[in-house]
Amino acid sequence: MTTRLARPLLAATLTGLLAACGAGAQTPDTATPGKITLVVKTFSEFGYEELYKQYEAAHPGITIKQESIAQLGDYLPKLQQWMASGSGAGDVVALEEGILIQFMAKPEQFVNLLDHGAGSLKADFLEWKWKQALTNDGSKLVGLGTDVGAQGMCYRTDLFAKAGLPTDREKVGELWPTWDAYLATGQKFTQAKTGAHFFDSAGGIYQNILMQQGDHTYYDTSNNLVIDTNPGVKAAWDQAVKMIQGGLSANLAQWSPQWNAGFKKGTFATIPCPSWMLGVIEEQAGPENAGKWDVARVPGDGAVRGGSFLAVPTQSKHQKEAAELIKFLTSPKGQIAAFKAKSNFPSSPQAIDDPAVQGFVNDYFNNAPVGKIFGASAKALKPVYLGPNNNPVGDRVGNALMAVEQGKLQPDEAWAKAVEDAKRAAK
Amino acid sequence: MLLSNKARSATHARSRAGLLSRLDLVGSPYLFVAPFFVIFGVFGLFPLLYTAWVSLHDWDLAGDAGFVGLANYADLFADPDFWNAVVNTLGMFVLATVPQLLLALVVASLLNQRLRALTFFRMGVLAPIVTSVAAVGIVFSQIFDRDAGMANGLLALLGVDPVDWRADKWSSWLAISVMVDWRWTGYNALIFLAAMQSVPRDVYEAAAIDGASKIRQFWGITVPLIRPAILFTVIISTIGGMQLFTEPLIFGQGGYAISGGSLRQFQTVAMYMFEKAFRDFDYGYGSAVAWMIFLLIVVFALVNFLVTRRAR
Repeated sequence: MTTRLARPLLAATLTGLLAACGAGAQTPDTATPGKITLVVKTFSEFGYEELYKQYEAAHPGITIKQESIAQLGDYLPKLQQWMASGSGAGDVVALEEGILIQFMAKPEQFVNLLDHGAGSLKADFLEWKWKQALTNDGSKLVGLGTDVGAQGMCYRTDLFAKAGLPTDREKVGELWPTWDAYLATGQKFTQAKTGAHFFDSAGGIYQNILMQQGDHTYYDTSNNLVIDTNPGVKAAWDQAVKMIQGGLSANLAQWSPQWNAGFKKGTFATIPCPSWMLGVIEEQAGPENAGKWDVARVPGDGAVRGGSFLAVPTQSKHQKEAAELIKFLTSPKGQIAAFKAKSNFPSSPQAIDDPAVQGFVNDYFNNAPVGKIFGASAKALKPVYLGPNNNPVGDRVGNALMAVEQGKLQPDEAWAKAVEDAKRAAK
Repeated sequence: MLLSNKARSATHARSRAGLLSRLDLVGSPYLFVAPFFVIFGVFGLFPLLYTAWVSLHDWDLAGDAGFVGLANYADLFADPDFWNAVVNTLGMFVLATVPQLLLALVVASLLNQRLRALTFFRMGVLAPIVTSVAAVGIVFSQIFDRDAGMANGLLALLGVDPVDWRADKWSSWLAISVMVDWRWTGYNALIFLAAMQSVPRDVYEAAAIDGASKIRQFWGITVPLIRPAILFTVIISTIGGMQLFTEPLIFGQGGYAISGGSLRQFQTVAMYMFEKAFRDFDYGYGSAVAWMIFLLIVVFALVNFLVTRRAR
């Protein structure tokens, strides 16, 4: 539900093949009149299994079938295929924020949720989340928000203790009000020679800083590529380069097997973690590292990284029922349930303030009150506009940064290359 | 009259039977081979032509955005990333294929000797080919891991600094070529072996009587006599080499593995095609790259064919 487009393509392809084998059987129940099957297409984990059961129990005529593809990178080409060919998309589709923007260009492919009474739900969503799926003239609502990628900073308490740094999450948060302070802490950590690096890869750090640099990144809101004129992009780049030069990076490409092994072996001490990253850490670090990880506030201001929407394609034969279903799934109650199931942080202010979220502690992360930490971050965050070719451009910049990390390019050369490659990719 | 009527109808029947049998004789073979051509037409020719058609359009996420003629190809010829991918593909092809075929020749000639447990060894060389490419990729990626890989471990024993295998062209090409060789050497060896079996023993015996060494026999008799098999493996390897995709992709790892390294150190043309079509969603451009791969294969297969034929 995130920039998980960044997962290894290998895994995407393999799981995609598996998913493709399982999908395809979309049978409208014409045999029994009045009985409807709603097909929901998702990727990764939305945590809706319990909600489906509740909904089916309350609506006897409706059966819900979820067809999920593990990786966003594999889901997206399929989704395009379904939308372009006019069939196969089912009744509800999930749209990640990075791809939502591409589909907003063709709003006629989706049911206008305002026609189905969604207008009265505006107060149930963070204002910017609501606006992201609304056309510029405000006449058409393409999707309803699910989660937001609220930010925290995950860290290893055992490595911090070894380096003589505080381990309490409040005190750790006070170490880095800004990214410069984070860098200084990192240098202190490096000097302590624990054998571990301070963070996993510059790419993740860069992404995080970038999303805190104002309301847009590579594209302005009129969809012009402004990578070389937006000072925020260069500032995030320079900050990331400083961290590389400070020797803080373990130089482990995110989503690679080496990166996965790094969690297990503890080769790095911190990683910026959007709420959904907690699940990844727990999975990779494994039960033997339970309690060693903790979550503190993220340096700088809040930032969003990832987050999704649910929409009804116009090709659905049960548009009314599908619209009702997504209203239920994205309701504050639905979002709380999804948060408890898979740590997907709610985009509804009511859900964020709910005691069930505020009081939620994650036992794997040393009982960190993740509901409270991410809630503070989600409220502080400013939405960032992502342009049409955001992902291809981001890929190029990420690669240039990796070349600096590998020592193959000087920062200036790499920046020039990033800008040039980005311009060609966006053409 | 009656008789002649009968005769006429008999002639008539005979001529109809003649037509049917002639049709049977002339037509049936076409009917028998038809399934191949129908299947080829549906799954081979149609996609090929459709890809050509798409490559002439500006075809992105939103669908067909108009006919652009050869603009995609013009862009392609000026695209440094494309030429980089071509160079990588050819480089890895040479680096992988040459030692692979030489090694396969040696292995085959060893398997052609009288050995104990010959079947065991012959089956053994076939084992890598039944392993999935993905498994090979994953295992070799670990061997060539920068921090904990076996390759760097061995280098450390020799006192050599660890190599960041993915960061340089030479090191990444080498690692990928090793993967390709490991998988395909045995396959080629078996083809060579089959060809060697048909070489008459008495030729060797005569040569041995004349005092030719084993090595001299190998170059003087074996290699020239199995030239058709060599030609076949060269062509097949060329096609495989031009389409190299899975090994470098798995070797690449990380979120943006399709670029084949931070500076596209080991991105092949097939990977570039996939990147343009399914990562950047520029289907028109991706189709143009696909057609260039097709042309490259034709050209290099031809060149190889001529070179190998000439080298008599």
